[in-house]
Amino acid sequence: MRFMMIVKATKDSEAGLPPNPELFEAMMRYNEELAKAGVLIAADGLQPSSGAIRISYPDPGGKPTIIDGPFSEAKELIAGYTLIEVRSREEAIEWAMRMPDPHGFGEGQIELRQVYEGPELTDNPDLIADHAALMAELQKRTQS
Amino acid sequence: MTESTSRRTIDTIWRMESSKIIAGLTRMVRDIDLAEDLAQDALVIALRKWPETGIPDNPGAWLMATAKRRAIDMMRRNKIHDKKVEELSRSSDLFVVDESNDAGDGEIGDDLLRLIFMTCHPILSREARIALTLRLLGGLSTDEIAHAFLVAEPTIAQRIVRAKRTLREAHVEFEVPTGNDLKKRLETVLEVIYLLFNEGYAATSGTSWLRPVLCQEALRLGRILAEVAPAEPEVHGLVALMELQSSRFKTRVTSSGKPILLKDQNRAQWDHLLIRRGLAALERAQSLGRPFGPYSLQASISACHSVARSTEETNWVKIAALYEALSRVLPSPVVELNRAVAVAMAFGPEFGLQLVERLEEEASLKNYHLLPCVKGDLLEKLGRNEEARDAFRFAATLTRNEQEQQLLLRRAAECESTSEGGSV
Repeated sequence: MRFMMIVKATKDSEAGLPPNPELFEAMMRYNEELAKAGVLIAADGLQPSSGAIRISYPDPGGKPTIIDGPFSEAKELIAGYTLIEVRSREEAIEWAMRMPDPHGFGEGQIELRQVYEGPELTDNPDLIADHAALMAELQKRTQS
Repeated sequence: MTESTSRRTIDTIWRMESSKIIAGLTRMVRDIDLAEDLAQDALVIALRKWPETGIPDNPGAWLMATAKRRAIDMMRRNKIHDKKVEELSRSSDLFVVDESNDAGDGEIGDDLLRLIFMTCHPILSREARIALTLRLLGGLSTDEIAHAFLVAEPTIAQRIVRAKRTLREAHVEFEVPTGNDLKKRLETVLEVIYLLFNEGYAATSGTSWLRPVLCQEALRLGRILAEVAPAEPEVHGLVALMELQSSRFKTRVTSSGKPILLKDQNRAQWDHLLIRRGLAALERAQSLGRPFGPYSLQASISACHSVARSTEETNWVKIAALYEALSRVLPSPVVELNRAVAVAMAFGPEFGLQLVERLEEEASLKNYHLLPCVKGDLLEKLGRNEEARDAFRFAATLTRNEQEQQLLLRRAAECESTSEGGSV
Protein backbone atom coordinates (compact mmCIF):
# COMPACT_ATOMS: atom_id res chain seq x y z
CA MET A 1 0.00 0.00 0.00
CA ARG A 2 1.16 3.46 -0.74
CA PHE A 3 0.80 6.45 1.52
CA MET A 4 1.69 10.06 1.08
CA MET A 5 3.00 12.05 3.99
CA ILE A 6 2.18 15.62 3.16
CA VAL A 7 4.11 18.32 4.96
CA LYS A 8 2.11 21.52 5.29
CA ALA A 9 3.57 24.91 4.57
CA THR A 10 4.59 27.43 7.22
CA LYS A 11 5.59 31.07 7.28
CA ASP A 12 9.23 30.02 6.80
CA SER A 13 8.62 27.62 3.96
CA GLU A 14 6.45 30.20 2.26
CA ALA A 15 9.24 32.75 2.68
CA GLY A 16 11.57 30.33 0.92
CA LEU A 17 13.79 29.94 3.98
CA PRO A 18 15.71 26.66 4.19
CA PRO A 19 15.21 24.54 7.32
CA ASN A 20 17.79 25.05 10.06
CA PRO A 21 20.82 22.70 9.94
CA GLU A 22 19.58 20.43 12.77
CA LEU A 23 16.23 19.93 11.13
CA PHE A 24 17.84 19.43 7.75
CA GLU A 25 20.08 16.74 9.19
CA ALA A 26 17.19 15.06 11.00
CA MET A 27 15.24 15.00 7.73
CA MET A 28 18.15 13.49 5.85
CA ARG A 29 18.56 10.85 8.52
CA TYR A 30 14.87 10.08 8.44
CA ASN A 31 14.87 9.69 4.66
CA GLU A 32 17.86 7.41 4.91
CA GLU A 33 16.02 5.31 7.44
CA LEU A 34 13.05 5.07 5.09
CA ALA A 35 15.33 4.02 2.23
CA LYS A 36 17.12 1.42 4.33
CA ALA A 37 13.79 -0.07 5.34
CA GLY A 38 12.92 -0.35 1.64
CA VAL A 39 9.80 1.79 1.97
CA LEU A 40 10.81 5.12 0.39
CA ILE A 41 9.35 5.68 -3.07
CA ALA A 42 9.75 9.41 -3.60
CA ALA A 43 10.25 12.59 -1.63
CA ASP A 44 10.25 16.18 -2.81
CA GLY A 45 10.07 19.66 -1.44
CA LEU A 46 8.00 22.34 -3.14
CA GLN A 47 8.99 25.92 -3.81
CA PRO A 48 6.96 28.66 -2.11
CA SER A 49 3.57 29.54 -3.50
CA SER A 50 4.86 32.95 -4.61
CA GLY A 51 5.81 31.26 -7.86
CA ALA A 52 2.57 29.30 -8.15
CA ILE A 53 -0.66 29.85 -9.98
CA ARG A 54 -4.08 28.65 -8.96
CA ILE A 55 -6.65 27.59 -11.51
CA SER A 56 -10.24 27.46 -10.38
CA TYR A 57 -13.54 26.78 -12.08
CA PRO A 58 -16.14 28.93 -10.37
CA ASP A 59 -18.77 28.42 -13.09
CA PRO A 60 -19.51 24.81 -14.03
CA GLY A 61 -18.64 24.39 -17.70
CA GLY A 62 -17.25 27.92 -17.79
CA LYS A 63 -13.75 29.23 -18.25
CA PRO A 64 -11.28 28.90 -15.39
CA THR A 65 -10.07 31.78 -13.28
CA ILE A 66 -6.33 32.05 -12.84
CA ILE A 67 -4.83 33.60 -9.74
CA ASP A 68 -1.12 34.19 -9.21
CA GLY A 69 0.57 33.28 -5.93
CA PRO A 70 1.56 33.80 -3.23
CA PHE A 71 -1.47 32.44 -1.44
CA SER A 72 -2.15 33.58 2.06
CA GLU A 73 -3.49 30.59 3.99
CA ALA A 74 -0.18 28.74 4.71
CA LYS A 75 -1.79 25.88 6.62
CA GLU A 76 -3.74 24.84 3.56
CA LEU A 77 -0.66 24.84 1.36
CA ILE A 78 1.79 22.02 0.84
CA ALA A 79 5.53 22.40 1.34
CA GLY A 80 6.59 18.88 0.42
CA TYR A 81 5.66 15.22 0.36
CA THR A 82 7.12 11.79 0.97
CA LEU A 83 5.65 8.77 -0.74
CA ILE A 84 6.09 5.44 1.02
CA GLU A 85 5.14 1.84 0.24
CA VAL A 86 4.29 -0.14 3.34
CA ARG A 87 2.48 -3.29 4.39
CA SER A 88 -0.27 -1.79 6.48
CA ARG A 89 -1.98 1.42 7.51
CA GLU A 90 -0.47 1.01 10.96
CA GLU A 91 3.00 0.88 9.48
CA ALA A 92 2.34 4.09 7.57
CA ILE A 93 1.18 5.75 10.79
CA GLU A 94 4.29 4.52 12.58
CA TRP A 95 6.54 6.00 9.91
CA ALA A 96 4.61 9.26 9.89
CA MET A 97 5.01 9.49 13.67
CA ARG A 98 8.76 9.11 13.25
CA MET A 99 9.07 11.99 10.81
CA PRO A 100 10.77 14.94 12.47
CA ASP A 101 8.63 18.00 13.27
CA PRO A 102 8.91 19.60 9.83
CA HIS A 103 9.23 23.25 10.87
CA GLY A 104 9.28 23.69 14.57
CA PHE A 105 7.92 26.92 16.09
CA GLY A 106 4.62 25.15 16.67
CA GLU A 107 3.68 25.30 13.02
CA GLY A 108 4.67 21.80 11.92
CA GLN A 109 1.90 19.72 10.43
CA ILE A 110 1.99 16.41 8.58
CA GLU A 111 -0.96 14.84 6.84
CA LEU A 112 -1.00 11.14 6.03
CA ARG A 113 -3.09 10.04 3.06
CA GLN A 114 -3.48 6.66 1.39
CA VAL A 115 -2.96 6.44 -2.37
CA TYR A 116 -5.51 4.69 -4.60
CA GLU A 117 -4.15 1.58 -6.28
CA GLY A 118 -5.64 -0.85 -8.76
CA PRO A 119 -5.83 -4.64 -8.58
CA GLU A 120 -2.51 -6.36 -8.87
CA LEU A 121 -3.19 -9.98 -9.68
CA THR A 122 -2.82 -11.80 -12.94
CA ASP A 123 -3.07 -15.23 -14.40
CA ASN A 124 -1.30 -14.38 -17.62
CA PRO A 125 -0.17 -17.78 -18.93
CA ASP A 126 2.57 -16.29 -21.13
CA LEU A 127 4.19 -14.53 -18.24
CA ILE A 128 3.93 -17.58 -16.04
CA ALA A 129 5.47 -19.88 -18.67
CA ASP A 130 8.15 -17.35 -19.54
CA HIS A 131 9.20 -16.78 -16.01
CA ALA A 132 9.00 -20.42 -15.02
CA ALA A 133 11.27 -21.42 -17.91
CA LEU A 134 13.70 -18.62 -17.27
CA MET A 135 13.79 -19.42 -13.59
CA ALA A 136 14.38 -23.12 -14.22
CA GLU A 137 17.31 -22.13 -16.36
CA LEU A 138 18.68 -19.76 -13.78
CA GLN A 139 18.33 -22.45 -11.16
CA LYS A 140 20.25 -24.94 -13.27
CA ARG A 141 23.05 -22.45 -13.68
CA THR A 142 23.19 -21.65 -10.00
CA GLN A 143 23.48 -25.33 -9.16
CA SER A 144 26.08 -26.17 -11.78
CA MET B 1 -4.90 4.29 23.12
CA THR B 2 -7.34 1.37 23.32
CA GLU B 3 -6.05 -2.11 24.00
CA SER B 4 -6.63 -3.36 20.46
CA THR B 5 -4.97 -0.39 18.78
CA SER B 6 -1.99 -0.70 21.06
CA ARG B 7 -1.74 -4.41 20.25
CA ARG B 8 -1.91 -3.55 16.53
CA THR B 9 0.68 -0.82 16.92
CA ILE B 10 3.03 -3.16 18.74
CA ASP B 11 2.56 -5.83 16.06
CA THR B 12 3.38 -3.24 13.43
CA ILE B 13 6.51 -2.09 15.20
CA TRP B 14 7.49 -5.73 15.54
CA ARG B 15 7.12 -6.25 11.82
CA MET B 16 9.20 -3.18 11.10
CA GLU B 17 11.97 -4.00 13.56
CA SER B 18 12.11 -7.78 13.91
CA SER B 19 14.55 -8.50 11.09
CA LYS B 20 17.04 -5.96 12.42
CA ILE B 21 16.70 -7.33 15.94
CA ILE B 22 17.09 -10.94 14.84
CA ALA B 23 20.11 -9.98 12.73
CA GLY B 24 21.75 -8.16 15.64
CA LEU B 25 21.06 -11.04 18.00
CA THR B 26 22.37 -13.61 15.55
CA ARG B 27 25.67 -11.79 15.51
CA MET B 28 25.68 -12.12 19.28
CA VAL B 29 24.55 -15.70 19.80
CA ARG B 30 25.53 -17.14 16.40
CA ASP B 31 22.31 -19.10 16.06
CA ILE B 32 19.26 -17.82 14.21
CA ASP B 33 16.85 -20.08 16.03
CA LEU B 34 17.98 -18.82 19.41
CA ALA B 35 18.09 -15.27 18.06
CA GLU B 36 14.49 -15.53 16.94
CA ASP B 37 13.41 -16.92 20.31
CA LEU B 38 15.14 -14.10 22.15
CA ALA B 39 13.59 -11.52 19.88
CA GLN B 40 10.17 -13.08 20.51
CA ASP B 41 10.82 -12.85 24.26
CA ALA B 42 11.43 -9.14 23.85
CA LEU B 43 8.15 -8.82 21.96
CA VAL B 44 6.29 -10.58 24.78
CA ILE B 45 7.81 -8.18 27.29
CA ALA B 46 6.85 -5.22 25.11
CA LEU B 47 3.28 -6.49 24.85
CA ARG B 48 3.11 -6.60 28.63
CA LYS B 49 4.82 -3.31 29.35
CA TRP B 50 3.97 -0.90 26.57
CA PRO B 51 0.23 -0.74 27.15
CA GLU B 52 1.07 0.63 30.62
CA THR B 53 4.15 2.75 29.94
CA GLY B 54 3.30 3.85 26.44
CA ILE B 55 5.43 3.10 23.42
CA PRO B 56 9.04 4.23 23.89
CA ASP B 57 10.50 6.93 21.66
CA ASN B 58 12.77 4.51 19.90
CA PRO B 59 10.92 1.19 20.07
CA GLY B 60 13.44 -0.62 17.88
CA ALA B 61 16.33 0.20 20.19
CA TRP B 62 14.19 -0.71 23.19
CA LEU B 63 13.37 -4.14 21.76
CA MET B 64 16.99 -4.72 20.81
CA ALA B 65 18.30 -3.80 24.27
CA THR B 66 15.66 -5.95 25.96
CA ALA B 67 16.47 -8.92 23.75
CA LYS B 68 20.19 -8.52 24.38
CA ARG B 69 19.58 -8.45 28.12
CA ARG B 70 17.60 -11.69 27.75
CA ALA B 71 20.48 -13.19 25.83
CA ILE B 72 22.95 -12.38 28.57
CA ASP B 73 20.60 -13.61 31.31
CA MET B 74 20.12 -16.83 29.46
CA MET B 75 23.79 -17.38 28.87
CA ARG B 76 24.50 -16.73 32.54
CA ARG B 77 21.77 -19.13 33.59
CA ASN B 78 23.17 -21.80 31.37
CA LYS B 79 26.58 -21.02 32.82
CA ILE B 80 28.15 -20.95 29.45
CA HIS B 81 31.47 -19.48 30.32
CA ASP B 82 33.08 -18.68 27.15
CA LYS B 83 35.04 -15.57 26.56
CA LYS B 84 32.44 -14.09 24.30
CA VAL B 85 29.79 -14.19 26.99
CA GLU B 86 32.03 -12.54 29.49
CA GLU B 87 32.85 -9.84 27.05
CA LEU B 88 29.20 -9.35 26.28
CA SER B 89 28.13 -9.12 29.88
CA ARG B 90 30.90 -6.66 30.62
CA SER B 91 30.08 -4.32 27.78
CA SER B 92 27.77 -1.91 29.53
CA ASP B 93 26.09 -0.47 26.48
CA LEU B 94 23.99 -3.58 26.27
CA PHE B 95 22.22 -2.60 29.44
CA VAL B 96 21.36 0.87 28.31
CA VAL B 97 18.51 1.66 26.01
CA ASP B 98 20.13 3.55 23.23
CA GLU B 99 17.91 6.47 22.40
CA SER B 100 19.86 7.90 19.50
CA ASN B 101 18.38 7.16 16.15
CA ASP B 102 21.48 6.57 14.12
CA ALA B 103 23.40 4.37 16.52
CA GLY B 104 25.25 1.74 14.55
CA ASP B 105 23.27 2.36 11.41
CA GLY B 106 25.96 0.85 9.23
CA GLU B 107 26.26 -2.04 11.60
CA ILE B 108 22.55 -2.81 11.39
CA GLY B 109 22.79 -2.81 7.61
CA ASP B 110 25.73 -5.19 7.72
CA ASP B 111 23.89 -7.51 10.06
CA LEU B 112 20.86 -7.56 7.78
CA LEU B 113 23.10 -8.40 4.86
CA ARG B 114 24.73 -11.22 6.82
CA LEU B 115 21.30 -12.49 7.77
CA ILE B 116 20.05 -12.62 4.19
CA PHE B 117 23.19 -14.44 3.10
CA MET B 118 22.43 -16.94 5.83
CA THR B 119 18.74 -17.47 5.02
CA CYS B 120 19.63 -17.84 1.33
CA HIS B 121 22.53 -20.17 1.99
CA PRO B 122 23.13 -22.71 -0.81
CA ILE B 123 23.19 -25.50 1.75
CA LEU B 124 19.41 -25.08 2.03
CA SER B 125 16.83 -26.20 -0.50
CA ARG B 126 15.21 -23.52 -2.59
CA GLU B 127 11.91 -23.87 -0.71
CA ALA B 128 13.70 -23.63 2.62
CA ARG B 129 15.54 -20.47 1.57
CA ILE B 130 12.30 -18.82 0.54
CA ALA B 131 10.43 -19.77 3.70
CA LEU B 132 13.27 -18.77 6.01
CA THR B 133 13.84 -15.45 4.24
CA LEU B 134 10.17 -14.53 4.43
CA ARG B 135 10.05 -15.53 8.06
CA LEU B 136 13.18 -13.79 9.31
CA LEU B 137 13.59 -10.87 6.93
CA GLY B 138 9.96 -10.30 6.02
CA GLY B 139 8.58 -10.93 9.49
CA LEU B 140 5.78 -13.04 7.97
CA SER B 141 4.17 -15.70 10.13
CA THR B 142 4.35 -19.34 9.04
CA ASP B 143 0.61 -19.13 8.47
CA GLU B 144 0.99 -16.20 6.08
CA ILE B 145 3.80 -17.94 4.19
CA ALA B 146 1.69 -21.09 3.92
CA HIS B 147 -1.22 -19.05 2.55
CA ALA B 148 0.96 -17.34 -0.02
CA PHE B 149 2.33 -20.62 -1.33
CA LEU B 150 -0.91 -22.56 -0.96
CA VAL B 151 0.62 -25.23 1.24
CA ALA B 152 -0.30 -26.45 4.69
CA GLU B 153 0.98 -24.45 7.63
CA PRO B 154 2.77 -27.39 9.32
CA THR B 155 4.72 -27.98 6.11
CA ILE B 156 6.14 -24.46 6.24
CA ALA B 157 6.76 -24.65 9.98
CA GLN B 158 8.66 -27.89 9.53
CA ARG B 159 10.59 -26.47 6.60
CA ILE B 160 11.74 -23.57 8.74
CA VAL B 161 12.68 -25.74 11.71
CA ARG B 162 14.70 -28.03 9.46
CA ALA B 163 16.39 -25.13 7.71
CA LYS B 164 17.51 -23.66 11.01
CA ARG B 165 18.81 -27.04 12.12
CA THR B 166 20.72 -27.50 8.88
CA LEU B 167 22.38 -24.11 9.30
CA ARG B 168 23.31 -24.89 12.89
CA GLU B 169 24.70 -28.34 12.17
CA ALA B 170 26.76 -27.04 9.27
CA HIS B 171 28.12 -24.22 11.48
CA VAL B 172 27.29 -21.70 8.81
CA GLU B 173 29.12 -18.46 9.54
CA PHE B 174 27.21 -15.24 10.08
CA GLU B 175 29.17 -13.18 7.61
CA VAL B 176 29.18 -11.57 4.21
CA PRO B 177 31.12 -13.78 1.80
CA THR B 178 34.08 -12.26 0.01
CA GLY B 179 35.95 -12.66 -3.26
CA ASN B 180 34.73 -15.27 -5.69
CA ASP B 181 32.43 -16.69 -3.08
CA LEU B 182 30.50 -13.44 -2.97
CA LYS B 183 29.43 -13.63 -6.61
CA LYS B 184 28.07 -17.14 -6.30
CA ARG B 185 26.38 -16.52 -2.99
CA LEU B 186 24.88 -13.27 -4.19
CA GLU B 187 23.34 -15.16 -7.11
CA THR B 188 21.46 -17.33 -4.64
CA VAL B 189 20.20 -14.31 -2.71
CA LEU B 190 19.02 -12.56 -5.86
CA GLU B 191 17.40 -15.75 -7.07
CA VAL B 192 15.37 -16.10 -3.87
CA ILE B 193 14.15 -12.51 -4.17
CA TYR B 194 13.27 -12.86 -7.84
CA LEU B 195 11.51 -16.16 -7.25
CA LEU B 196 9.39 -14.48 -4.59
CA PHE B 197 8.60 -11.69 -6.99
CA ASN B 198 7.59 -14.05 -9.76
CA GLU B 199 5.57 -16.18 -7.43
CA GLY B 200 3.52 -13.11 -6.64
CA TYR B 201 3.61 -11.69 -10.16
CA ALA B 202 2.53 -14.83 -11.94
CA ALA B 203 -0.07 -15.79 -9.34
CA THR B 204 -0.58 -19.16 -10.96
CA SER B 205 -3.63 -20.04 -9.05
CA GLY B 206 -6.65 -18.80 -7.32
CA THR B 207 -7.72 -15.98 -5.21
CA SER B 208 -4.98 -15.92 -2.62
CA TRP B 209 -4.93 -12.37 -1.36
CA LEU B 210 -1.39 -12.84 -0.16
CA ARG B 211 0.07 -13.19 -3.63
CA PRO B 212 0.66 -9.48 -4.18
CA VAL B 213 2.29 -9.43 -0.78
CA LEU B 214 5.02 -11.66 -2.16
CA CYS B 215 5.71 -9.18 -4.95
CA GLN B 216 5.84 -6.28 -2.56
CA GLU B 217 7.96 -8.21 -0.13
CA ALA B 218 10.43 -9.10 -2.91
CA LEU B 219 10.56 -5.49 -4.02
CA ARG B 220 11.06 -4.31 -0.44
CA LEU B 221 13.87 -6.83 0.14
CA GLY B 222 15.47 -5.81 -3.14
CA ARG B 223 15.30 -2.13 -2.20
CA ILE B 224 16.85 -2.88 1.19
CA LEU B 225 19.57 -4.96 -0.44
CA ALA B 226 20.38 -2.08 -2.78
CA GLU B 227 20.93 0.10 0.29
CA VAL B 228 23.10 -2.37 2.21
CA ALA B 229 25.05 -3.75 -0.78
CA PRO B 230 25.25 -0.70 -3.08
CA ALA B 231 28.46 -1.82 -4.80
CA GLU B 232 26.86 -4.84 -6.50
CA PRO B 233 25.55 -4.02 -9.98
CA GLU B 234 23.31 -7.07 -10.18
CA VAL B 235 21.49 -6.01 -7.02
CA HIS B 236 20.53 -2.77 -8.76
CA GLY B 237 19.80 -4.75 -11.91
CA LEU B 238 17.33 -6.94 -10.06
CA VAL B 239 15.71 -3.95 -8.36
CA ALA B 240 15.42 -2.25 -11.74
CA LEU B 241 13.84 -5.34 -13.25
CA MET B 242 11.27 -5.63 -10.46
CA GLU B 243 10.45 -1.90 -10.47
CA LEU B 244 9.94 -1.92 -14.23
CA GLN B 245 7.82 -5.07 -14.22
CA SER B 246 5.78 -3.71 -11.31
CA SER B 247 5.11 -0.57 -13.31
CA ARG B 248 2.86 -2.68 -15.56
CA PHE B 249 0.90 -4.40 -12.80
CA LYS B 250 -2.31 -2.56 -13.43
CA THR B 251 -2.33 -2.86 -17.19
CA ARG B 252 -1.47 -6.48 -17.79
CA VAL B 253 -4.94 -7.98 -17.22
CA THR B 254 -8.46 -6.92 -18.05
CA SER B 255 -10.96 -6.40 -15.27
CA SER B 256 -12.22 -9.93 -15.94
CA GLY B 257 -8.72 -11.31 -15.53
CA LYS B 258 -7.82 -11.85 -19.18
CA PRO B 259 -4.17 -11.19 -19.95
CA ILE B 260 -3.30 -8.13 -22.04
CA LEU B 261 -0.21 -8.40 -24.21
CA LEU B 262 2.49 -5.79 -23.84
CA LYS B 263 1.71 -4.33 -27.25
CA ASP B 264 -1.95 -3.84 -26.34
CA GLN B 265 -1.41 -2.36 -22.90
CA ASN B 266 -2.42 1.18 -22.18
CA ARG B 267 0.96 2.76 -21.69
CA ALA B 268 -0.48 5.88 -20.15
CA GLN B 269 -1.56 3.71 -17.25
CA TRP B 270 1.87 2.31 -16.56
CA ASP B 271 3.20 3.49 -13.24
CA HIS B 272 5.65 6.16 -14.33
CA LEU B 273 7.00 6.64 -10.86
CA LEU B 274 8.11 3.01 -10.80
CA ILE B 275 9.50 3.33 -14.33
CA ARG B 276 11.57 6.27 -13.17
CA ARG B 277 12.79 4.29 -10.18
CA GLY B 278 13.62 1.33 -12.42
CA LEU B 279 15.59 3.47 -14.85
CA ALA B 280 17.45 5.11 -11.96
CA ALA B 281 18.36 1.70 -10.52
CA LEU B 282 19.59 0.60 -13.93
CA GLU B 283 21.73 3.72 -14.13
CA ARG B 284 23.24 2.89 -10.76
CA ALA B 285 24.06 -0.61 -12.03
CA GLN B 286 25.68 0.91 -15.08
CA SER B 287 27.66 3.51 -13.14
CA LEU B 288 29.49 0.71 -11.33
CA GLY B 289 31.24 0.04 -14.60
CA ARG B 290 31.16 -3.75 -14.66
CA PRO B 291 29.73 -5.96 -17.39
CA PHE B 292 25.99 -6.53 -17.07
CA GLY B 293 24.74 -9.79 -15.56
CA PRO B 294 21.42 -11.49 -16.34
CA TYR B 295 19.27 -9.21 -14.15
CA SER B 296 20.72 -5.97 -15.47
CA LEU B 297 20.30 -7.25 -19.01
CA GLN B 298 16.70 -8.29 -18.46
CA ALA B 299 16.07 -4.93 -16.83
CA SER B 300 17.63 -3.18 -19.82
CA ILE B 301 15.27 -5.05 -22.13
CA SER B 302 12.33 -4.16 -19.93
CA ALA B 303 13.51 -0.55 -19.92
CA CYS B 304 13.41 -0.43 -23.75
CA HIS B 305 9.70 -1.18 -23.53
CA SER B 306 9.20 1.25 -20.66
CA VAL B 307 10.53 4.24 -22.56
CA ALA B 308 8.82 3.42 -25.86
CA ARG B 309 5.54 5.11 -26.68
CA SER B 310 4.28 2.14 -28.70
CA THR B 311 5.36 -1.24 -30.09
CA GLU B 312 6.29 0.46 -33.36
CA GLU B 313 8.42 3.06 -31.65
CA THR B 314 10.26 0.43 -29.60
CA ASN B 315 13.99 0.11 -30.15
CA TRP B 316 13.89 -3.52 -31.34
CA VAL B 317 17.45 -3.46 -32.64
CA LYS B 318 18.67 -2.68 -29.16
CA ILE B 319 16.39 -5.33 -27.66
CA ALA B 320 17.69 -7.94 -30.11
CA ALA B 321 21.27 -7.04 -29.15
CA LEU B 322 20.42 -7.22 -25.46
CA TYR B 323 18.85 -10.66 -25.91
CA GLU B 324 21.98 -11.77 -27.66
CA ALA B 325 24.06 -10.55 -24.71
CA LEU B 326 21.62 -12.24 -22.35
CA SER B 327 21.88 -15.53 -24.22
CA ARG B 328 25.62 -15.42 -23.57
CA VAL B 329 25.44 -14.94 -19.82
CA LEU B 330 22.31 -17.04 -19.47
CA PRO B 331 22.21 -19.47 -22.42
CA SER B 332 18.63 -20.72 -22.63
CA PRO B 333 16.27 -21.73 -25.42
CA VAL B 334 13.60 -19.45 -23.96
CA VAL B 335 15.93 -16.46 -24.13
CA GLU B 336 16.76 -17.53 -27.68
CA LEU B 337 13.09 -17.61 -28.61
CA ASN B 338 12.65 -14.13 -27.23
CA ARG B 339 15.65 -13.06 -29.25
CA ALA B 340 13.99 -14.49 -32.36
CA VAL B 341 10.92 -12.32 -31.73
CA ALA B 342 13.08 -9.23 -31.25
CA VAL B 343 15.13 -10.00 -34.37
CA ALA B 344 11.93 -10.39 -36.37
CA MET B 345 10.66 -7.04 -35.10
CA ALA B 346 14.01 -5.37 -35.79
CA PHE B 347 15.05 -6.89 -39.12
CA GLY B 348 12.00 -8.67 -40.55
CA PRO B 349 10.11 -11.93 -39.94
CA GLU B 350 12.34 -14.06 -42.19
CA PHE B 351 15.34 -13.47 -39.90
CA GLY B 352 13.32 -14.33 -36.83
CA LEU B 353 12.02 -17.46 -38.52
CA GLN B 354 15.55 -18.71 -39.15
CA LEU B 355 16.24 -18.59 -35.42
CA VAL B 356 12.93 -20.24 -34.60
CA GLU B 357 13.59 -23.12 -36.97
CA ARG B 358 16.94 -23.70 -35.37
CA LEU B 359 15.19 -23.87 -31.98
CA GLU B 360 12.82 -26.60 -33.17
CA GLU B 361 15.65 -29.05 -32.75
CA GLU B 362 15.94 -28.09 -29.10
CA ALA B 363 14.63 -31.00 -27.01
CA SER B 364 13.72 -28.84 -24.04
CA LEU B 365 11.29 -26.79 -26.13
CA LYS B 366 9.47 -29.80 -27.62
CA ASN B 367 6.37 -29.16 -25.55
CA TYR B 368 6.71 -25.41 -25.25
CA HIS B 369 3.62 -23.98 -26.96
CA LEU B 370 5.11 -20.54 -27.43
CA LEU B 371 7.61 -21.89 -29.97
CA PRO B 372 5.03 -22.93 -32.59
CA CYS B 373 2.99 -19.90 -31.58
CA VAL B 374 5.84 -17.54 -32.49
CA LYS B 375 6.53 -19.58 -35.59
CA GLY B 376 2.90 -19.29 -36.70
CA ASP B 377 3.00 -15.58 -36.13
CA LEU B 378 6.13 -15.12 -38.25
CA LEU B 379 4.86 -17.42 -41.02
CA GLU B 380 1.62 -15.48 -41.14
CA LYS B 381 3.52 -12.24 -41.49
CA LEU B 382 5.43 -13.81 -44.39
CA GLY B 383 2.14 -14.76 -46.03
CA ARG B 384 2.75 -18.50 -45.63
CA ASN B 385 -0.74 -19.01 -44.25
CA GLU B 386 -1.11 -22.78 -44.51
CA GLU B 387 2.09 -23.40 -42.61
CA ALA B 388 1.06 -20.72 -40.12
CA ARG B 389 -2.28 -22.44 -39.60
CA ASP B 390 -0.54 -25.75 -38.88
CA ALA B 391 1.81 -24.08 -36.44
CA PHE B 392 -1.08 -22.44 -34.52
CA ARG B 393 -2.99 -25.75 -34.44
CA PHE B 394 0.07 -27.53 -33.14
CA ALA B 395 0.60 -24.84 -30.52
CA ALA B 396 -3.02 -25.28 -29.40
CA THR B 397 -2.39 -28.96 -28.66
CA LEU B 398 0.50 -28.03 -26.37
CA THR B 399 -1.27 -25.66 -24.00
CA ARG B 400 -3.72 -26.67 -21.31
CA ASN B 401 -4.91 -23.17 -20.74
CA GLU B 402 -8.36 -22.99 -22.27
CA GLN B 403 -8.38 -19.29 -23.08
CA GLU B 404 -5.08 -19.60 -24.80
CA GLN B 405 -6.16 -22.69 -26.73
CA GLN B 406 -9.17 -20.83 -28.06
CA LEU B 407 -7.04 -17.89 -29.07
CA LEU B 408 -4.62 -20.15 -30.97
CA LEU B 409 -7.42 -22.00 -32.75
CA ARG B 410 -9.00 -18.71 -33.70
CA ARG B 411 -5.71 -17.58 -35.20
CA ALA B 412 -5.45 -20.91 -37.08
CA ALA B 413 -8.95 -20.35 -38.46
CA GLU B 414 -8.03 -16.82 -39.57
CA CYS B 415 -5.07 -18.21 -41.53
CA GLU B 416 -7.38 -20.72 -43.15
CA SER B 417 -9.90 -18.17 -44.36
CA THR B 418 -7.16 -15.99 -45.78
CA SER B 419 -5.50 -18.83 -47.67
CA GLU B 420 -8.85 -20.11 -49.04
CA GLY B 421 -9.63 -16.65 -50.23
CA GLY B 422 -6.48 -16.96 -52.28
CA SER B 423 -5.36 -13.53 -51.34
CA VAL B 424 -1.70 -14.61 -51.18
